[in-house]
Amino acid sequence: MNPPARLIARILARFWDTDFAYSFRRAPVAIVSFLVLVVCVGGAVFAPLLAPYNPFDLASLSLMDSFHPPAFMPDGDRTHLIGTDDQGRDMLSAIMYGTRISIFVGLLAIGFALTLGVTVGLVAGYMGGAVDAVLMRIADVQLTFPAILIALLVDGILRAALPREFHDKMEIWVLIFAIGIARWPQFARTVRGSTLVERGREYVMAAQVIGLSSRRIMISHILPNVLGPVLVIATLNLGLAILDEATLSFLGVGLAPTEPSLGTLIRIGNNFLFSGEWWITIFPGLMLAAMVLAINLLGDWLRDALNPRLR
Amino acid sequence: MFAFILARILQAIPVLLTVAGISFALFAYVGDPIAQMLGQDFTLAQREAVVHALGLDQPLYVQYIKFVWSALHGEFGLSYRLAKPVGTLILERLPATMELAFCAAMLALCIGVPLGVYTGIRRNGALARFIMILSLIGVSLPTFLIGILLILIFAVLLGWLPSFGRGTLTVVAGYSTGLLSLSGLKALILPAITLGLFQMTLIMRLVRAEMLEVLRSDYIKFARARGLSTRAINFGHALKNTLVPVITVVGLQLGGLLAFSIVTETVFQWPGMGLLLVQSIAVADIPVMSTYLLLIAVLFVAINLTVDLLYYAVDPRLRLNRRSLTGRG
Amino acid sequence: MPLLEVENLIVEFPTRRGLLRAIDEVSFTIDPGEVLGVVGESGAGKSLTGAAIIGLLEPPGRIAGGQIRLNGARIDTLSPERMRPIRGRQIGAIFQDPLTTLNPLYSIGRQLVETMQTHLPLSDRDARERAIQWLEDVGIPAARHRIGAFPHEFSGGMRQRVVIALALCAEPRLIIADEPTTALDVSIQAQIIALLKRITREHGTAVMLVTHDMGVIAETADRVAVMYAGRIAEIGPVRDVVLTPAHPYSEGLMGSIPSLEHRVDRLRQIDGAMPRLTAIPQGCAFNPRCPKTFARCMTERPALLPAGPTRSACWLHAEAAPHV
Repeated sequence: MNPPARLIARILARFWDTDFAYSFRRAPVAIVSFLVLVVCVGGAVFAPLLAPYNPFDLASLSLMDSFHPPAFMPDGDRTHLIGTDDQGRDMLSAIMYGTRISIFVGLLAIGFALTLGVTVGLVAGYMGGAVDAVLMRIADVQLTFPAILIALLVDGILRAALPREFHDKMEIWVLIFAIGIARWPQFARTVRGSTLVERGREYVMAAQVIGLSSRRIMISHILPNVLGPVLVIATLNLGLAILDEATLSFLGVGLAPTEPSLGTLIRIGNNFLFSGEWWITIFPGLMLAAMVLAINLLGDWLRDALNPRLR
Repeated sequence: MFAFILARILQAIPVLLTVAGISFALFAYVGDPIAQMLGQDFTLAQREAVVHALGLDQPLYVQYIKFVWSALHGEFGLSYRLAKPVGTLILERLPATMELAFCAAMLALCIGVPLGVYTGIRRNGALARFIMILSLIGVSLPTFLIGILLILIFAVLLGWLPSFGRGTLTVVAGYSTGLLSLSGLKALILPAITLGLFQMTLIMRLVRAEMLEVLRSDYIKFARARGLSTRAINFGHALKNTLVPVITVVGLQLGGLLAFSIVTETVFQWPGMGLLLVQSIAVADIPVMSTYLLLIAVLFVAINLTVDLLYYAVDPRLRLNRRSLTGRG
Repeated sequence: MPLLEVENLIVEFPTRRGLLRAIDEVSFTIDPGEVLGVVGESGAGKSLTGAAIIGLLEPPGRIAGGQIRLNGARIDTLSPERMRPIRGRQIGAIFQDPLTTLNPLYSIGRQLVETMQTHLPLSDRDARERAIQWLEDVGIPAARHRIGAFPHEFSGGMRQRVVIALALCAEPRLIIADEPTTALDVSIQAQIIALLKRITREHGTAVMLVTHDMGVIAETADRVAVMYAGRIAEIGPVRDVVLTPAHPYSEGLMGSIPSLEHRVDRLRQIDGAMPRLTAIPQGCAFNPRCPKTFARCMTERPALLPAGPTRSACWLHAEAAPHV
């Protein structure tokens, strides 16, 4: 084996032997969730390679293909495993592409919320005083409102404020912004709490004594020590953010039907529930539920694994 | 006690004024109320007349004070979409949302708390584990999907319950209720379950987590060491301590019902405030949005106040801290 | 007949690296009215022994062997429902931190009344009167007025007095006091120990006093058991163990008691630390720190053998001990 490979092997072996990896190996729920997630993310990321059709290619769609039931139904079509929608889109491909959009929005929204929340939390916790009071007051007020409501209102305001065409073009970024804005306070609160604790520790005082700048202390000394809980919150909030996006899209204020996310697909399918075409709404729904469930289970396990007191 | 309430109300005022500020800013800057009122063709003179009539030429703080003042009198302007006073529109829809939220809250509390206690006590029991897994699925299923599944099963396949609307309404003293007719009650079942299920699982998981935390505490160990009965320990000592943190979160969660009623109302075409909001957001109907924002803020402040009062009633430490603080001066 | 007999008690914890034996064949007895001190470093198994006796071992810990007998009847095999009436009524317990052992949401009077009514047929009024009596007995001033007060209205020392009243109010024959003064201010510790001593003598209650403070033991106990790494190193009358310890570990412990009679520049201390339960050495568990080790100590576990007035688990006292 060449040296880099040996190094990686050694790191892997060491990770394999940590308590963290041990508790993962001992948690079948975590393993299954992880696998489900790998399949979801894999299918989504490689959708252009794996999906049987390209649902965004409007030229290839034909109304002749619309409302085909899934292949296992009596008059199902073998070429469309889980049927087609009202536009004649292949549901399996639409779901794969839709998952891609849902994960993209979820990840970016949480990335945004995390960056904003961690920054605010660090500054508030480290600076204290009036800065802390004002920032945390804002976070508290916002926390009293459910995230989905904030996201909905932010989206509504931007819809009214931005010129129509610009808004339609930017819809996905508007969504990411709205969901991210709705979810930052929890990060801020947690990080502030841990920062307050860390600030009193001796290593921080030592860093202050040797004259490091506040920014340097916050970023390279305090931040690494408060990341554990942030990771847990990020995981659990990723599931929630994906649900936020789906909900907004379902309510009709999210992504357009031409490039549907899972929520948009469910919204489309909901119109055909009574006429018997249940598969248009149920399969995206199952996909969404399975993915979010897997994320939540993994987040739950992560919280327990990082917090041995609860075991 | 009185001072406590007063302090809480005083604290709430800046929050309400801030939200009113956002509301006002929406009203004044986002969208163009004049264009909305005059349509496409108007002369400069017409425009100025309207600007003057609406008081938009006055200083900002005067406009803000006027806004707050008229809001206090229940005047929120006209909806762009429906050309009716927003106050009237919301009042018409308020009973529907309140009824839905109330039934969902009852459902969530009456099932969620006992289940949480049970799964907390029988932590390793087979049934408790099964309930926990079910609850996690409940948390992961989005509200609208639950609604769709319920409609598919109980309305489309079985045909037992209606899938939209409020059924027959009875007007009692100007308040229209669906609780007094069979069709109204039937129409309420699916939306209430849909709305309550998520909160129920959350409350259950919360109560369970708190219960586990409390059952590990020293005073429970000491209660065991004194030979108190399991019943007295679980339902006397543990449950009461569990309630302290649970009340806060449950209060906020029930506030969340109002937000999630937006989704439920959309799925079931329930003619409440949430449906009104979604329809208004889709066409950027600013007056409705800003009024909804204000109203929700008031409701949340009221809920928070109630939560604080409950907290105060349950936990002697709060009462006494205050007493000793004032006592020492 | 002894009040409590513990015989070859073994407590184990299943862990990732296999079974951990936290208590390894511990045997001792407590007579009615006697005070047995149990000393040792943290992790020696003192508190676990107490928890095993009242049947409150935290899972996954469990009794894996031996017997515990109260008045000659086994209590380690009782079902939880049969064990419950024994706790509080036969065996009481006092825990370390009075700030956390009282339920913050109930008045102290209510907690006392509830405990007494669980075990004794008392009317509400009688129970209340008795509760006031108990509070006066443990030295709570103005007991009649303070019976409705909540735990947080009392200082730490006062709360420990309430805890003592709670532990004794159903008149148990034995009290397991697990580090009852460790969490208190030094100035209060002596008061609480004096109270515990007085009140248990008045009621003829036996005490198993778990502590790591040799001073407290020397003052309070009739006999003392020195524990090390889950075993008893030495057990005997407190005077003999303190003045003429037979086990090198006890000797080390006694060297760490400050004394008024001899001026010393420095208190002696035992080098090193107690081994972790995962890494108990072969032979005598104390051998890495013992100044008197010889060959046999490295291979064979010493049993508890008579050594003068005490019993000691040390090969130095075995009759057949080979000379080095």
